[in-house]
Amino acid sequence: MSGFFTELSVIVYATLLYTPPLLFAALGSCFSEVSGVVNIGIEGMMTAGAFTGCVTAYFTGNPWLGFICGGIAGMVFGFLHAIATVKLGADQTISGTAINMLAPGVVVMICKALFDSTDTVPLKPESKIPILFNGAFDTTTTVGKILKNIFTNYATTYLVFIAVIVVWIIFNKTKFGLRLRACGEHPQACETLGINVIGMRILCVCISGLLAGLGGACVTMAASNQFRPVSIVGQGFIAIAAVIFGKFKPQGAMLGCLLFGFCTGLKVVIGSDAAISPHLISMIPYIVTVIVLILFVGKSRVPAANGKPYIKAK
Amino acid sequence: MNKEKKTLIDFFANNKFIHTLLSIVIGFVVGAIFLSIMHISVGTAYGKLLSTVFNGTKGLSYCVAYATPYIVVGLSVAFSFKTGVFNIGAEGQYVMGSMAACVTAILLPNLPKPVLIPLCFIASMLVGAIWGMVVAFLKTKWGINEVLSMIMFNWIAFYLSNFIANIPAIHNDGTAEATKYISDNAKIGLSADFIKAHDLCNVTNWGILVAIVLTIIVWFIIEKTTLGYQLKAVGFNKNAAEYGGISANKSIFTALAISGMLSGLGGALQLMGMGNRISVFSGQEGYGFAGIVVALIGCSNPFGVFAAGLFYGSLRYSGGKLNLVGVPTQVVDIIIGTVVFFIAISTIFSYVKYLKKKPKEVKKVEGKEE
Repeated sequence: MSGFFTELSVIVYATLLYTPPLLFAALGSCFSEVSGVVNIGIEGMMTAGAFTGCVTAYFTGNPWLGFICGGIAGMVFGFLHAIATVKLGADQTISGTAINMLAPGVVVMICKALFDSTDTVPLKPESKIPILFNGAFDTTTTVGKILKNIFTNYATTYLVFIAVIVVWIIFNKTKFGLRLRACGEHPQACETLGINVIGMRILCVCISGLLAGLGGACVTMAASNQFRPVSIVGQGFIAIAAVIFGKFKPQGAMLGCLLFGFCTGLKVVIGSDAAISPHLISMIPYIVTVIVLILFVGKSRVPAANGKPYIKAK
Repeated sequence: MNKEKKTLIDFFANNKFIHTLLSIVIGFVVGAIFLSIMHISVGTAYGKLLSTVFNGTKGLSYCVAYATPYIVVGLSVAFSFKTGVFNIGAEGQYVMGSMAACVTAILLPNLPKPVLIPLCFIASMLVGAIWGMVVAFLKTKWGINEVLSMIMFNWIAFYLSNFIANIPAIHNDGTAEATKYISDNAKIGLSADFIKAHDLCNVTNWGILVAIVLTIIVWFIIEKTTLGYQLKAVGFNKNAAEYGGISANKSIFTALAISGMLSGLGGALQLMGMGNRISVFSGQEGYGFAGIVVALIGCSNPFGVFAAGLFYGSLRYSGGKLNLVGVPTQVVDIIIGTVVFFIAISTIFSYVKYLKKKPKEVKKVEGKEE
C-alpha cells in the first residue's frame, strides 16, 4: 500500500513540475481573451521568455532576474501584438501567427550569435529557480518520501498557484477586473461609461505577454536547464486550450492545466515501464480533454466581443 | 470616393496585392536590419538566397518541389477561412493524410502504379477529411470550440503517427526511427533519365500538377458554385446565412471536410514526391502552420495562395542553404514573420491616402468606410 502512495506522490511531483509553464501562459491567455483579444501568439511569447530568462540567468547568475527578464521579453512581443490588433485593427489571428514565427526566429538567431549554437549552455544549478523545502523531509521513511515528492518543488510551482489566486481576485473582486470583463463583452457600452477600452486592451495583452514569458522561463529555468529551439513546442497552444476548457476563468484554466500536467506526469511515470506504447500513453491528455469536454463541460461561452477589433468611432 | 479621380496614391492605398508586395519588401528590410545588427553581410545572405533559387533549372525545380505541399495545405486553410473557420487543425490532417498514404503504399506495394497512386491519394483525402469532420462533429453536436479540439487532434495525430510508424509491419528494418520506404509504384517522381536530361533536382515530381489542378478546382468551387456561395455566406455572416436558408452547421461540416481532404492530400504529395518515408517525429512538422502563413500571404485567394506557396517554398529551400555561408537560417523566419505581421496591419498602408488630405476630410472618410 505504501508503495502505491509513493508511486502516486511521484505522479503528483511530476504534475506540479509540468503544470507551471502551462498555467502561467494560461493565466496570460485569460487576460487577453477576456478583454476581447484573441492571442494565438502565446506560443511565440513563451519562446521569447524561455530564451531571455535562461540567457539572463546564465550571464548574471541570478535566477530571479532571469525570470523577470523572461516575462519582460514576453511582454515586448505582447506589446507588438497589442499595437497591431488594438491600435491598428489588425486581424488578431494573423498578428498572433506572425508573432509565433517572429519570436522563435529572433531568439534562435540571437542564440546563435551568443553561443554559436541553437542551444544555450546549460545553467548551473545555482542559476536555476531555487527548489523550496529541499532536504526538509526525512527521506528514509515512507511518509517523508511522500511529503518530499509533494512539497519539494521549484519555487515557480508555488508562485504560479499564488498567481492564480491573485488573478482570480483581480477578475472578480476589483474594479479593474469588472472593467476588463466588460471590455470583452460590450466595448461600446464600456466606452460610453468612460472606460478607455483601447488602453485596457493594450494593457491586458501586455500582461498576457508578461505571464506567457514567465511561463516560458519556467520551462528553461526549472523543468529543464537550457534553451533549445524545441523547448517550447505546443505548450502555448495547450495553454490556450486549457483556457477555453476552463471557460475563460482563471480557476477553470488551472484545472485544465493540472489535467495536462497530470497526464504528462502519468506519461513520465508509466512510460518507464513501457508495457503499452509510449506514443499511445502520450495521447491520453488530449483524448481525456475531448472526453471531459463532451461529458462534463460542454459549450464554452466565448466573451462576446472576443476576436472583434474595437473601432472607437463607431 | 468613387467620383474622385484615382490617383497613384489611391492605387497604393487600396490594392491588397500591392500591400502584400510592400509587406514582402519590408520583411526583407527587417531581415537585413537584423543581419547587420549581428554583423553579418546582408549581401552574402541575400545573395545566397537568390543564387540558390536561380541556380538554373535545378534550383527552380527544388523550389517547386518544396512549394507543392505548402500550396496544397495553404489552399486547405484558405478554403476554411472562406467559411469563417480557422483551420488550425491542418497540421493534424496533414500528418494523418500522409500516414494514410504511407500505410497504403507499404501494405500494398505490388499494385501497379495507375492503381496504387490514386489509392494513396484517396486514402489520404479520406483520412484527412475524417480528421476535419470529427472536429466539425464535436462543434455542431456538442458545441465544443473548434480551435480547442483542433489543437487536441493535432497532438493526437502526432502521437498516432508515431505509434503507427513503430508497428513492426510498418517500421523499417534498419535502425532508423522511421517507416519503411514506400514502394516505387507509389512514387510520383519523374523518371531518372528525364531528370538527368533536363538537369532537374532529384525530387522533381508530378505533385505540382496536382497543386495546379487543385488551385483551379478550389477557385471554381469558391467562385462559381452554389456550395461556394453558401460557404462564403456563412463566413460573412452566420446568422444572415441561416436566415437565408443556409444551414451553418452543414456548411462548417462541408468546409472542414474539404479542407481536411486538401491538407491530407498535401501530406500524401510530400510523402510520395519527396519524403518517401515518415520519420518518428520529435516535434510537430509545422506544415499546418506553414499552410496558415501561406493562406494569409495569399490573401485566401486560391491563385494568391499558389504564388504565396511558391514564395514560401523557395524561401524555405534557399533558407536551408544559408548556413553554408555562415548565416543563421532563422533569418527566414524573421522575414516571413515580418511579412505576415505587416499583412496583418496592412491598414497602415491605406494611411498614405490621408497624406494629401486635410484632417477634417479624413474623419469623414473613416465614417463612410464603416
